[in-house]
Amino acid sequence: MHQTKTHAFEPKIVAFVCTWCTYAGADLAGTSRLQYPANTRVVKFPCTGRIDPVFILRAFQKGADGVLVSGCHPGDCHYMAGNFHARRRFAAFRALLDFIGVDLQRLQFSWVSAAEGGKWVEVATELTERVRQMGPMREFKELESEEQWSGVIDTPELKEAYNAI
Amino acid sequence: MSRIGVFVCHCGENISRTVDVEKVAAEATKLPGVAFSCDYKYMCSDPGQSLLKKAVSEHNLDGVVVAACSPRMHEKTFRSAAKSAGLNPFLCEMANIREHCSWVHEDREEATAKAADIVAMMVARVKKDKKLVPITVPVTKRALVIGGGIAGIQAALDIADAGHQVVLVEREPSIGGHMAQLSETFPTLDCSQCIMTPKMVDAANHPNITLHTYSEIESVDGYIGNFQATIRKKARSVIEEKCTGCGVCSAKCPQKKIPNAFDKNLGVRPAIYVPFPQAVPNTPVIDREHCTKFINGKCGVCQKVCGPGAIDYEQTDELIVEPVGAIVVATGFELYSIGEKPKGSPIKGYGEFGHGTIPDVIDGLTFERLASASGPTGGKILRPSDGKEPKQVVFVQCVGSRAREKGISYCSKICCMYTAKHTMLYKHKVHDGQAYVFFMDARTPGKSYDEFWRRAVEEEEAVYIRGMVSRLYQKGEKVVVMGSDIAVGLQVEIEADLVVLATAVQPRSGADTLAQKLGISYDSYHFYSEAHAKLKPVECATAGIYLAGACQGPKDIPDTVSQASAAAAKVMTLFAKSELEREPIVAKVNENNCVACLYCKKVCPYGAVEEKEIRDRQGNLIRVVAYVNPGVCGGCGTCQASCPSKSVELDGYTDEQVMAMIESL
Ligand SMILES: Cc1cc2nc3c(=O)[nH]c(=O)nc-3n(C[C@H](O)[C@H](O)[C@H](O)COP(=O)(O)OP(=O)(O)OC[C@H]3O[C@@H](n4cnc5c(N)ncnc54)[C@H](O)[C@@H]3O)c2cc1C
Ligand code: SF4
Ligand code: SF4
Repeated sequence: MHQTKTHAFEPKIVAFVCTWCTYAGADLAGTSRLQYPANTRVVKFPCTGRIDPVFILRAFQKGADGVLVSGCHPGDCHYMAGNFHARRRFAAFRALLDFIGVDLQRLQFSWVSAAEGGKWVEVATELTERVRQMGPMREFKELESEEQWSGVIDTPELKEAYNAI
Repeated sequence: MSRIGVFVCHCGENISRTVDVEKVAAEATKLPGVAFSCDYKYMCSDPGQSLLKKAVSEHNLDGVVVAACSPRMHEKTFRSAAKSAGLNPFLCEMANIREHCSWVHEDREEATAKAADIVAMMVARVKKDKKLVPITVPVTKRALVIGGGIAGIQAALDIADAGHQVVLVEREPSIGGHMAQLSETFPTLDCSQCIMTPKMVDAANHPNITLHTYSEIESVDGYIGNFQATIRKKARSVIEEKCTGCGVCSAKCPQKKIPNAFDKNLGVRPAIYVPFPQAVPNTPVIDREHCTKFINGKCGVCQKVCGPGAIDYEQTDELIVEPVGAIVVATGFELYSIGEKPKGSPIKGYGEFGHGTIPDVIDGLTFERLASASGPTGGKILRPSDGKEPKQVVFVQCVGSRAREKGISYCSKICCMYTAKHTMLYKHKVHDGQAYVFFMDARTPGKSYDEFWRRAVEEEEAVYIRGMVSRLYQKGEKVVVMGSDIAVGLQVEIEADLVVLATAVQPRSGADTLAQKLGISYDSYHFYSEAHAKLKPVECATAGIYLAGACQGPKDIPDTVSQASAAAAKVMTLFAKSELEREPIVAKVNENNCVACLYCKKVCPYGAVEEKEIRDRQGNLIRVVAYVNPGVCGGCGTCQASCPSKSVELDGYTDEQVMAMIESL
């Protein structure tokens, strides 16, 4: 991905969105010609219920500096309950990420409806800005460059736990 | 080896103004697997589509990516172009470089780079796309309607008039539901029976309607277009085909004093009875609990007097299987009973209102029976305890409704209007009487509704007191109503001759059991849930099942009838084709990997996941796996993200496809 002149660091942001609400909301931002940073790449799903946390890990590993997951508001899921399943899954997953030492500021969950073009712009802009400030995500990229899973992640808690074994 | 074609659209200047489309097309050729790429002014135009078709055959392409607008705009257009070029339409993808790129980024360099990235993602994806074939399911053009109130009758008549067969199932001995019990109806005050009974007769006589009264749904299998409903026809003890409806049996039956539920127990009926004189069908049933013949074998009078020999004491329940393609659920409502707390109900009772213990405290439906010309008093308003004409009547609204502390927070919607109606009916019959109404708000949002309510206040001089009632008690012949008037901030006490409680509208008992049989969902009050509160108000989330009337939430007659006709229209739309075609975005189970933990079954909002037994040739059970019924699957993919063994995949959104996009970053 290319770098602009204005910022020292241009993060890669991957957005996993559902087709019915957030994708449509991003479309609306387009038809309304609302401007926002060009860092986000959208991956479309039928429902946030389909989004496997593994995708988020893989995105980080493949060089994403920030990940956005966004779907319909609670109660508005096109498939009734997919976003509730997603919400529970991600609540657990965030705890896991936190445990292995990923800064949770890099991972954003939001509800953006098809009518909220403005909110899409807001969410995408905020996350981009935040990650710009944080700098590149290194942990997982390094993991991949080692080609192998060493099994060791650099967190004091884990180190302690491993030493105790 | 893949041979992908990339087609970059200028969209006039909508894209090309900010995105260097030529550069994007040139970059695309560097992507592995891309055999052809070009840019064109208007890809969606006829020449644009011809360009695509020509390139597919000339370059022998096995996948195409159209970089243009949102797929929500033109995916169908380009997929059908791909199809007419001989490609499977699901091997055509769109890269959204307009809504998600040129329109939202001003910097040409940035926008061009992003567009190239989006194209790369979609190229990576299309290489993993599989040929998919739309799923077709045959449609049985017969409908099942459950519940024979005005909702069920209206839906059945509409579908039948459109030329389709309808099976109408009603659990009571007669159709009609609550509307048959009402006296006059708001907002026009026309006689309920007069508009209801002709419809009941129409439904019974319609050549396309098969009526099963005194029947219940035993089970329902299958899915949209292909349901199998098993109906239990309860033993009537009267042979329907032989009975002429002369009524001699009822007249001669020695058991005479059984409370008549249709008349809210104000009147009595014999053991062999029709619920009300205008019942449809006019065939009696024997209430076996109260019939002497069934209790001790010592009667048999009805059999002796029945000319056509229609009485059959040996009759047993009958199970009938009906294949149907669509189901309309119209099971209606019940009134919340104040006295006894319904069994197993989360709702707290209203013991302090004395309903059930003070005879002159009644509910709205009981008042309807008192006011009805065909009711137990012939339309005279007489109080139950001593048959005297009440001169002071207190009506209490919102009993049970909008009372979170009692367990119901919703508004029952019809009570403001029917209480206003009751005060009018009362005043029309007891000219020197006085009606008082305790109310919280008057909610009258309907055509001519507010005018109607005002008439009650202004012309019929009903005294409306804003405030709640705290206690009711018997004092001699009177019922003392203690309440507050919050407008003046005072306690009020009224010595009433009769008290009418507008108790909350609740779903019919057994609504939850029926929902489980149908695989549809219901809310915490057991009202059935529509698929989408705004856009799919008559559909259930389970395809092929529709809702009508008060089973979905409190409704008056105009709303009920509109929804019933809407449900019928949905059924007719389904029946317009003999085969149902749907997008093949459905989940599939890898039976070799599935460990039958059935998490997928738990999370599937459509109940599409079943257990499937795998047997060897001798028929021995080897193991159980999950199976997704493609006719039922909604295509959300929740099962896939929940499967711990990665054994279920959603076509069109497989792990391979998603991962390919992520990897291309
Ligand atoms: C006191 C009172 C006064 C009213 N006055 C008016 C008025 O003046 N104007 C107005 O517009 N509305 C009025 N209403 C509202 C009106 O009664 C309802 O709008 C209407 O009856 C709803 O019709 P329905 O067919 O949905 O339900 P219902 O009338 O309840 O009919 C449902 C039918 O389904 C059957 N059933 C239930 N469960 C099953 C099952 N499992 N299997 C088979 N069959 C089943 C029942 O036996 C019943 O026949 C009044 C209501 C009350 C309580
Ligand atoms: S006497 Fe016989 S024919 Fe007459 S109503 Fe009774 S069952 Fe029917
Ligand atoms: S994709 Fe959704 S609807 Fe289909 S089986 Fe899986 S969970 Fe059920």
